[in-house]
Amino acid sequence: MQNRIDQLFEKKNKNILSVYFTAGFPGLDNTVKIICELQDNGVDLIEIGMPFSDPTADGPTLQYSNNIALKNGMSLRVLFKQLEDIREKVNIPLILMGYTNPVIQFGVEAFCTKCKETGIDGIILPDLPLEEYKQNYSELFNNYDLYNILLVSPNTRPERIVQIDSASKGFIYIVSSASTTGAGKKSEDFSIDYFQRLQGMRLKNPGLIGFGISDRATFENACNYAQGAIVGSAFIDALKQDSDFTGSIKKFVNKIRGMS
Amino acid sequence: MNYHVNEKGYYGSFGGAWIPEMMFPNIDELRRRYIEIIESDAFRSEFENLLKDYAGRPSPLYYAARLSEHYSTRIYLKREDLNHTGSHKINNTIGQILLAEKLGKTRIIAETGAGQHGVATATVCALKGIKCVIYMGALDVSRQAPNVKKMKMLGAEVIPVYSGNQTLKDATNEAMRDWICHPDDTHYIIGSVVGPHPYPDMVARFQSVISKEMKLQLQEKTGNPNPTRIIACVGGGSNAAGAFYHYLENEEVELIGVEAAGKGIDSGETAATLLVGSPGVLHGSRTVLMQNEDGQVTEPYSVSAGLDYPGIGPLHAFLYERGRAKYISATDDEVMKAALLLTKKEGIIPALESAHALAALEKIEAGADDINVINLSGSGNKDMETYLKYFGF
Ligand SMILES: Cc1ncc(COP(=O)(O)O)c(C=O)c1O
Repeated sequence: MQNRIDQLFEKKNKNILSVYFTAGFPGLDNTVKIICELQDNGVDLIEIGMPFSDPTADGPTLQYSNNIALKNGMSLRVLFKQLEDIREKVNIPLILMGYTNPVIQFGVEAFCTKCKETGIDGIILPDLPLEEYKQNYSELFNNYDLYNILLVSPNTRPERIVQIDSASKGFIYIVSSASTTGAGKKSEDFSIDYFQRLQGMRLKNPGLIGFGISDRATFENACNYAQGAIVGSAFIDALKQDSDFTGSIKKFVNKIRGMS
Repeated sequence: MNYHVNEKGYYGSFGGAWIPEMMFPNIDELRRRYIEIIESDAFRSEFENLLKDYAGRPSPLYYAARLSEHYSTRIYLKREDLNHTGSHKINNTIGQILLAEKLGKTRIIAETGAGQHGVATATVCALKGIKCVIYMGALDVSRQAPNVKKMKMLGAEVIPVYSGNQTLKDATNEAMRDWICHPDDTHYIIGSVVGPHPYPDMVARFQSVISKEMKLQLQEKTGNPNPTRIIACVGGGSNAAGAFYHYLENEEVELIGVEAAGKGIDSGETAATLLVGSPGVLHGSRTVLMQNEDGQVTEPYSVSAGLDYPGIGPLHAFLYERGRAKYISATDDEVMKAALLLTKKEGIIPALESAHALAALEKIEAGADDINVINLSGSGNKDMETYLKYFGF
């Protein structure tokens, strides 16, 4: 079977909405429900956060959700158990996002096996840089058809962007500005020059812009320069505000899409 | 056997640069340029001059006669406590501020636990007139209050960190986040031989002045540059790395690192990383760390804020794996006793961190003719409140 990420980008190449949430937040057992709600409300791709004790690339909102998720008892073992039958209900691409250490402790090959069994299409590990990935992981990930999504940032030099593009599958994660994750940015904060530079490079992979995409304006602006965008912290904030989060998920997605 | 970092940034299987892409340009620039810069004649003469005239080096190698008599062996203290700002940390911050200047950086950030590295960083920033921001766990802000005041007087902004256990690990996380957000103007002065390559090697080189002097001083005092053993406390491991550095390939010299056992290595309240930890990735490095079976980093504990860290420099993970250095631990109570003993016998109040190295004297078999060098990494000035409370003076 073709990787679902490729299927998505073949069907659709603009206004792709990817939503991140932290597994185990707000409650331990919300994972499947949140995924189903996101799919049912037209989200194109979901990034399931694997919580970590020391999320150094994350701002306060995701530090908080990581922390609560761990307190609730989330772990990779629990998460894979929760996702056991997810492919009976969900057919959009699912990506796991987190930090490298829990994956190493789980066992990288065991992790890949579980991803394959569960129907996970890709993985984003911000603290697994290109060099370590190529040297230690790319062959293994390829064997399991697990796409490793690498990041580029405004400071990434052109020749490195080319290297990242050639080692990437699925899409490239375009970090919007020099920052950790976190809501509350305005479109003016984005470096349009950098987005245009990337567009001009005609990379083989599509790109999604993430970090600081929080509302309709930032989403639409990002979509002008890439195939779509990723919303994380703003979604966690929305989940925080509403205990009946099915209502809030619908409202949130519609707001981002400009359908409210 | 070669115990130095290889061209990929590894000590055996430990080390590397496990960093988010947002940090890559800065780390890559450091990696490409650090050796060329710090080996240049201009840099060396500036560095050596500042170590001498500003930090007060060489630090004395002092024969502790009454302590030696007490333990029936020969004990020398390498007096890093006498450096400007009261610890070995200044060796590294002088090196890194000069490097930051060469790289054209105008803003410095650092993490600190005991506050010694924070003070040493704030000091060199004042010296150079560079803006300085220090991240410090909120718990450490309260238990190392005198150092917080010093940093402020030196003109640094001290930002308390409220995440996690509010100690050194959390301060390090926050400093890394700051660097991600300020990649252009900022240099991050990491305070120990931890973090992504090239930090562990770079910091070890700056601290290696300790063993360089030790060799000359031992030669002069004993007629032999080699002691029987060198003992140093290990948090991240920078004072130990500096004290071991020029002896690493000389396998006749026994190297002993002392970790903080806290309330005991089986108590669950400990910071003895090598003794209770396992390999993993934290703060940009593959090393040994304290973690649970899910790979979540566990919270360390030690009475000494400078050793209260769940990781360790990759060099030490490697020396431990290869058996080149031996690592033992000392509990809070043992450390307090050792600190008091040095105070009574020699009139030197050691830092809580350094007292871990002293506590090792209770645990080793030292012959009467052995020459033991204890790296006295810092002064106890910052710890007076803890000592007073513990002893009830
Ligand atoms: C006096 C002193 N010794 C030792 C340490 C521990 O650091 P390291 O293991 O890097 O020498 C500290 C850290 O704050 C310190 O202040």
